[in-house]
Amino acid sequence: MSDGKTQGPPRTEAIQSSTFSSSINAEIRRAAATGIYDIRGGGAKRKVPHFDDLLFLGASISRYPLEGYREKCDTSVKLGTRYAKNPIELDIPITIAGMSFGALSGPAKEALGRGATLAGTSTTTGDGGMTAEERGHSNKLVYQYLPSRYGMNPDDLRKADAIEVVVGQGAKPGGGGMLLGQKISDRVAGMRNLPKGIDQRSACRHPDWTGPDDLEIKILELREITGWRVPIYIKVGGSRPYFDTTLAVKAGADVVVLDGMQGGTAATQDVFIEHVGLPILACIREAVRALQDMGLHREVQLVVSGGVRTGADVAKCMALGADAVAIGTAALIALGDNDPRWEDEYQKLGTTAGAYDDWHEGQDPAGITTQDPDLMARFDPIEGGRRLNNYLKVMTLEAQTIARACGKNHVHNLEPEDLCALTLEASAMAKIPLAGTDWYMGQSGPGRE
Amino acid sequence: MQTLDLQAVGLRELNQKLQSQKDSVEHQRWQVVNAKGSHAIAVGLDAPIEVTVEGSTGYYCGGMNQKATVTINGYAGPGVAENMMSGSVIVEGDASQYAGATGNGGTLVIKGNASSRCGISMKGINIVVHGNVGHMSAFMAQSGNLVVCGDAGEALGDSIYEARLFVRGSVQSLGADCIEKEMKEEHLQLLKQLLEQAQSDAKPEEFKRYGSARKLYNFNIDNAY
Repeated sequence: MSDGKTQGPPRTEAIQSSTFSSSINAEIRRAAATGIYDIRGGGAKRKVPHFDDLLFLGASISRYPLEGYREKCDTSVKLGTRYAKNPIELDIPITIAGMSFGALSGPAKEALGRGATLAGTSTTTGDGGMTAEERGHSNKLVYQYLPSRYGMNPDDLRKADAIEVVVGQGAKPGGGGMLLGQKISDRVAGMRNLPKGIDQRSACRHPDWTGPDDLEIKILELREITGWRVPIYIKVGGSRPYFDTTLAVKAGADVVVLDGMQGGTAATQDVFIEHVGLPILACIREAVRALQDMGLHREVQLVVSGGVRTGADVAKCMALGADAVAIGTAALIALGDNDPRWEDEYQKLGTTAGAYDDWHEGQDPAGITTQDPDLMARFDPIEGGRRLNNYLKVMTLEAQTIARACGKNHVHNLEPEDLCALTLEASAMAKIPLAGTDWYMGQSGPGRE
Repeated sequence: MQTLDLQAVGLRELNQKLQSQKDSVEHQRWQVVNAKGSHAIAVGLDAPIEVTVEGSTGYYCGGMNQKATVTINGYAGPGVAENMMSGSVIVEGDASQYAGATGNGGTLVIKGNASSRCGISMKGINIVVHGNVGHMSAFMAQSGNLVVCGDAGEALGDSIYEARLFVRGSVQSLGADCIEKEMKEEHLQLLKQLLEQAQSDAKPEEFKRYGSARKLYNFNIDNAY
């Protein structure tokens, strides 16, 4: 029992500031010590409205479900039907997003090709050109045409099954890429015509066109060089999805690829990743509205990406109007990135499994985001391909399960009416009624003007 | 000589005919008439043929050229010979912006002037401009040689890597990390060869050489601005 003499009056509790949180303070101290902004890989880590904020309603008396395991529920998708002689036909609506050789090791790129091919889908090159192992192991390979044009040549262009003109990406709309010196090995340097070991910058805009009118002519050139055979995709970061989709289509895209801020990057400034761009949830309906306004929904296909993780996410993208999704970070995790089995080594790097994002430093214990021969040797591309295929299969089965429960015999038949939103924010962004209501913010209609 | 009237056959057929010379060169010499500023003329060629375009061209004439010699008897629009791999493209008149952008090899000769961003992101191409080049030429130029017999505009060689720039006249300003460098015997020899190839009567000794100070090669906060 206190005698009141030694302790004095009660003191206020020590309260940490929400504004100056421990992570903000740590970053201020890091910046003060180094004078360099933080560079990292991955996508936005902040919590943003996402697919988890949507639910499917499922069938009941007013809707008739399909039997969960037996009844047909198609997942095939054809991309590039607008102009290309040879559209890409995929068994599943889940594609592998562009990730560069350079950011990833050669065996990791091979594994992506193997897994995608086993699952009946496509994979995509990245900033750094096409490698033989990737082309060799990918039945369907999309060739990215980027501002840097590293490794870009007409022979590889003609080997591609589709060409993706990259205008931007969700992690950094308006920004270029970086590949720091640690990862510029002899092979990477050779493919990019750059000295070994330098910090390599990828330009933020294309060197030989500046606006949508130019882009239309650039696409004409690409089609003339490839004989109008392969689809031309245009990839944009989530920024102004209605206008970007409209302009991409007017420039002649067969497919629009739309990447939200949760979409990863090999390396860029943290401030860019966390503070520029839109969550993918806010992008999809606007892009679909643009396509519908032009009468081209489903004729120009929409591929969305940025935080797609599960079959439920895939089904939600389909219901919002996308034709397919692309996965990047999730595919790397399936290969073994950030696996707790390497926890001891993550600890030595000052991080922990699940949080490791210094991909640019090339010290990835899992041997995926590295060019270090010893680390690369830890990764088995055949096993990686098997794991990726398994994961893609599971996602597909999950999406089919949901589609059947909603009475749909193709995942593309999912529709916004199959969804409700759990939060006002998600409701407004996805234009989906709040659960238990028939209302979403901004909706006009009788009595709601 | 095979003559193709662009307005009569259309762009697709024209390019298809030129591109089909790839495996066995059936006809060595081609003439394109009625170009009328059209885009993407003679792109993606991959054979040692000679194509002469009569009149001015729009965007990307000779784009991604391999092995062919494309001569434009007129002016060239933006991105002439962009991403050329080998062969040569000769422009008898002036060229618009991005001439020779991202070119990996071959030779681009511009007998008149070139506009802004000539040789942007060049990766091994040789470019010889008889006249002047506009601003931001050789931006982020990685390798290859840009020879300017006239003057260069603002911010020449901004963020340049290992490309070599030779300018005979004045340089309005140098871009970030681009500096004047010593002209050595090997450079004079190289320049002599490039000028001869481009049919220029300029003398190598009249040029100054510019290249990278290599201070931006690894990130340093003191270089940020």
